[in-house]
Parts: sequence; structure tokens; C-alpha cells
Amino acid sequence: MSDIVRDKGLFSWEEVKKSLLACVWFMFLTFPIMVIQVNTIHRTVEWKWDRMVFVGVGAFLLSFVWRYMIRRKEAGIKQKEADADNVKTLPQKLITDPKFSRPALAIVGVFFIVYPLLFSLYQIDIMTTALIYVVVALGLNIVIGLAGLLDLGYVAFFAVGAYCYALLNYHFGMGFWICLPIGGALGFIFGVLLGFPVLRLRGDYLAIVTLGFGEIIRLILENWNEFSFGPSGIANIPRPGLFGIEMSLSQNLTYIYYLMILLTLFTIFVVRRLQDSRIGRAWMALREDEIACQAMGINKTRTKLSAFALGATWAGMGGVVFAAKTTFINPASFTIWESVIILCCVVLGGMGSIVGVIAGALILKLLPEYFRAFSEYRMLAFGAVLVLMMVFRPGGIISDVRKVYKFEK
Amino acid sequence: MTQPALAVSNLTMDFGGLRALDTLNLTVGQKEIVALIGPNGAGKTTLFNCITGIYVPTKGGVDLTSLNGETHRLNGLTPDRVTAKGMARTFQNIRLFQNMTVLENVMIGRHCRIKTGIPGAVFRPPKTIREEKQVIEDSYKILEQFRLHAYVDEFAKNLPYGAQRRLEIARAMATEPFLLLLDEPAAGMNAQETNELDDLIIWLRETYAISILLIEHDMKLVMSLSDRIYVVDYGRKIAEGTPEEVSQNPDVIKAYLGEEVDA
Repeated sequence: MSDIVRDKGLFSWEEVKKSLLACVWFMFLTFPIMVIQVNTIHRTVEWKWDRMVFVGVGAFLLSFVWRYMIRRKEAGIKQKEADADNVKTLPQKLITDPKFSRPALAIVGVFFIVYPLLFSLYQIDIMTTALIYVVVALGLNIVIGLAGLLDLGYVAFFAVGAYCYALLNYHFGMGFWICLPIGGALGFIFGVLLGFPVLRLRGDYLAIVTLGFGEIIRLILENWNEFSFGPSGIANIPRPGLFGIEMSLSQNLTYIYYLMILLTLFTIFVVRRLQDSRIGRAWMALREDEIACQAMGINKTRTKLSAFALGATWAGMGGVVFAAKTTFINPASFTIWESVIILCCVVLGGMGSIVGVIAGALILKLLPEYFRAFSEYRMLAFGAVLVLMMVFRPGGIISDVRKVYKFEK
Repeated sequence: MTQPALAVSNLTMDFGGLRALDTLNLTVGQKEIVALIGPNGAGKTTLFNCITGIYVPTKGGVDLTSLNGETHRLNGLTPDRVTAKGMARTFQNIRLFQNMTVLENVMIGRHCRIKTGIPGAVFRPPKTIREEKQVIEDSYKILEQFRLHAYVDEFAKNLPYGAQRRLEIARAMATEPFLLLLDEPAAGMNAQETNELDDLIIWLRETYAISILLIEHDMKLVMSLSDRIYVVDYGRKIAEGTPEEVSQNPDVIKAYLGEEVDA
């Protein structure tokens, strides 16, 4: 098969013809809105033929590049099939090769440690936010990437953690360090609570129900004024303390930054160990085939609930840090849009791959900050990137390189 | 007399108004190979699903007795509990964990025989490390026995068809069953592969001292393998007996075997 592709080449007359067709079609479609301009003041009709040329050229080039990329991809797939081996992509190769990964890891480590010394407060602040998303996305990765349960209401657990700290602090004056585990535990409990009704569901149905769950939590927070102070939210949430030492704002932000680094490392450690354990294998089996997984003696109920609960735990803890960092929360921070962003971190980064998810979360949270000048086009670029990723690299930026169990004599 | 490994008594299964199984009785003795045959849609796979806990039967009982005489009632148990009691199965359309390696597939089979929970997975006490090592070793041994060790790190989906079938049986055997249910193990196999399967099943019984209940359409395989045969049609048992008896039974010839009887 690959011979045919090679013979025809990646540029062929056939392709040009198809692109020409797309270009003519586009010119026809956009003719009424782009070319005919009615001037209502002078009551005249202007014919802007030059625009038609732009549309035509643009459509032709885009279509041609698109086709070229698709063909290249197909050729790549065929090549892969021909090789029949598990061909790794470049980032995967780099990660699995210790010669590259060890120094890279050291550089990344040093970079993150000296980061607050090099950059401004603003930079530290956005990096902390990004790290919160890394933790939360790693939690969601358990649910989606490992257990294969599409959860669209994940931000609800984030809200649970944030409100847990805010309310406990408001009513009982409880500190950050006590609330962090409580937030995690509460996330766990809410994960189980959500898990029970959705045990029988999978795929689209599960997605819809979790979506509803997320909205329910947000609406409760918005409307139950006596409990959550409604849309006005809770302000003046104290930042985390350190043995009662007085800290200036900049010191405190740096402190939260290092705290997030530690929490991220802790998350990576736990998630990795879970992944390479009896539980992690059960999650993957559940993702692969529910019926066969049960027939192998895996308790479906317990496996699903543990995935939901352990995923939600990280969201709960992330929520506590989020509340402590922003010092103000209201329901507007926990909309469905946040769920979608976290989901995108996981999917874009590479489902099931820890490095991928971290990369995805950092990219999705940091890039918009650095490109604030183009913020009007942010959504446009975001959409385009998602489409392109799904077409050309459905496995994510760094797709899953699982630890493969080896037998050693 | 010892108890049969599997005793199905008066099993009835209704789907709404449709009676898929009608007061069916069936036993599988210890170390016996029993075949279940019948035309398509006769209710064979439904019976399997009732026994393994995927469906909850409307009426009747399913009892499982191990070699040392422990009896368990299986009705209403979830599939994973049934497996834990000592029954394993394969599927008509292969249901391997496609994107996991061959070794991992078998390791999943060991799941219900090991114990590590969430704390064990996170803190990895020496007990867990030993257990994990043991699981890998055991799984590899099973793969060697099934002559699959050459594929150990291959993804299950990349295996040739016959090897996938064998892997499914290996995975089932990893759960340490004393009763193995095989749902059309020879489906899609050529004559040579079927012969190998024949040897494999006999070998399984000898090595592991297990009882086997199988559904199969390949009459040659059924006749050569089984100690006894049950024939079902429209959810009812129409005949049972040794291969000779069944192949001579006029009801069976009429309902199912037709002129294939001397094939």
C-alpha cells in the first residue's frame, strides 16, 4: 500500500484539482457576504471582487496544506503498520531514553526551584495557578485516562475543596493545613457520592450525568445563600501560614508556589504508584472491557468508585489551595467551562500519560497568559488547536508510555 | 458419590415475555468435559451468562462444588464473586484487554487472588512488592505453559488469532478456577488450530484437574472431546448423554445435527 502513496507522491495533480474545487466552492459560499456590500446610506451596491480573490487563494492554500498533512499522516500510519512494531513518537522516545530524560529532569527541577528568584510576582502567580491545574488534571487523568470514565462535572470537586476551606475557616477559623486533608477527604466522599448513581452508566450517558452533577453543585453554591453566601462569594480567605510566621504578600506568594511544587510532586508520586499497582491494572482493564474485567474477578463497583473517589481527592486538595491563593471564591470560578479546560488539559496532553497531562495543563494555563495581547483570538486559536490535535495527534502531545511489566529471571 | 462440580437445577430465564431458558437441568461432574450444543439462538450463551452472574436467573439454582467438597450457591452473585469462587470463562467473541500487553492480561487474571489495596499501592510495603513480583512470575509461568511466552510484551491486539484464543484461556486459568467455561473456543479456527485446541483442552484437564463446560459448533471437536453432551433448543434440553447416544438420538438429528451426524 505504501508504494502507491510513494509513487503518486505527496503532491499530485489530483490533490491540486480537489483543492481547486474546494476553493471554487468556498468562493461561491462566501460570495453573498464577502463580495456584495450594500451601502445603506448611499443606497448603492458595491461589488468587492478583490475580496473574492483573497478568499479563493486562502481557501486553496488551506485546503492544499490540509490535504498534504492528512496524506502525510496516512503515509505515516501505513509506514507504522509496515514496521509492525510499536513505533514510539519522538517525545515518547525522549522520555523513555534515560540518557535524555535524566538531565532533562534535572534541568526542569532546577528551573522550577529557582523560578521565583528569576521571575516577577506576576509570573510566580500564574505558574502557581498552572500548577494547581496540573494537580487537578492529574486527578482527572485517573478517572478519564486510566479508568476510561468520561467525567464532565469534575470541577464540582474542585468547588467542594475550595468551599470546604473557605467555610471551615469562616465559621470555625480552621487553618489551611488542617483544611488541606479535609478538602481531599471531602473530595473523596463526594467522588463516592457521585459514583454510586452512575455505576451502571458508561460513555455518553456517564458524561451527561456528571455534567448535571457539576451544574447541581454550582447552582447550590449560587442559590443557597445561607450556606455559601450565594453569588457574592466568600472574601478574605487567609493565605496559608507557616508556623505563624508573618509574611509579606510577595513572600507568601512564593511560599504558596513552593507549596504547590511539593503538592505536585506528591501527586505525581501517588498517581504513578497507583497506576503501577493492582488497582491501576484493574482501572485499565475496566477501561478496556467492562464485562471481561468482571469475569476476571474484578469488582466493578469498587473499581469504579475508587477511580472516581481518588480522582476527586486531588480536585478537593487543588480547590483548597486555589481558595487560599486567590483569597476570594464565588460560584463563577466553578463553571462547566473550567471542567472543559481541565478535560482539555488531559486530552490535549495525552490521556493516561502523566508527563503528557502535566505538559497539557502547563501549556493550556500558561500560554493564554503570555499571549494576553491576542486575547480576543484566544478562543479561536484554542478551537483550532483542539481540532488539529485531534486530527493529527489523537493520542495527545505526549501520549501514554506505560510502564510495561517485565519478567526477569 | 462426590458432588458434581456444577449443578444447574430448574434454571429459567425470562427476558420480558420471552423465555430464553426453560427449567433447564445440567450437571458437570468433577474432572468431566461436558459440551453444550444446539442451533443458533438456542440459549447456550444465555445459560453461560446466567451461570457466571452476568444475568440473574428468573428461577432455579446454580451450585458450584470444589474438589474438596465446598458448595457455593451462585445465584445473584456478581460476576467477580463467581470468579472468586472458582469458575472462569472465555467469550465467544474474544474479549481480551486489547491495549494491554499479553503479560498484563494474565496479571489481571491474578487480580482476585491477590490483595493489595489503595494504601498498599501507595506506600508499597515489602509485602506488596513481594506480591507484585510473585504475580509477574506466576503470570509468566502460565504464559510458558500455554506457549505464549514469546509474545509476553506484545499488545494483545497484535497477536495472531489462534494465540488470542489461547491467551483468553490462559487469562481465565490465571484466576485458578476448578471449573472452566469455554464459549465457542474453536470459532474461526482452521482444522489444524482446532486439533491443537483439542489437545490443549485435554491437557488442561489433566494438568489442572479441572472440569470443563464448553459450547461448540464444531461437531468433530465436540464428539472427540466430551464425556457427555447436552443438546438444547428453544431454551429446553432435548437430549443428553454420551457422544454416541446423542448422535443417535432422533430428536437431536431432527432438531440440529441433520445429515451432519456421521461427519
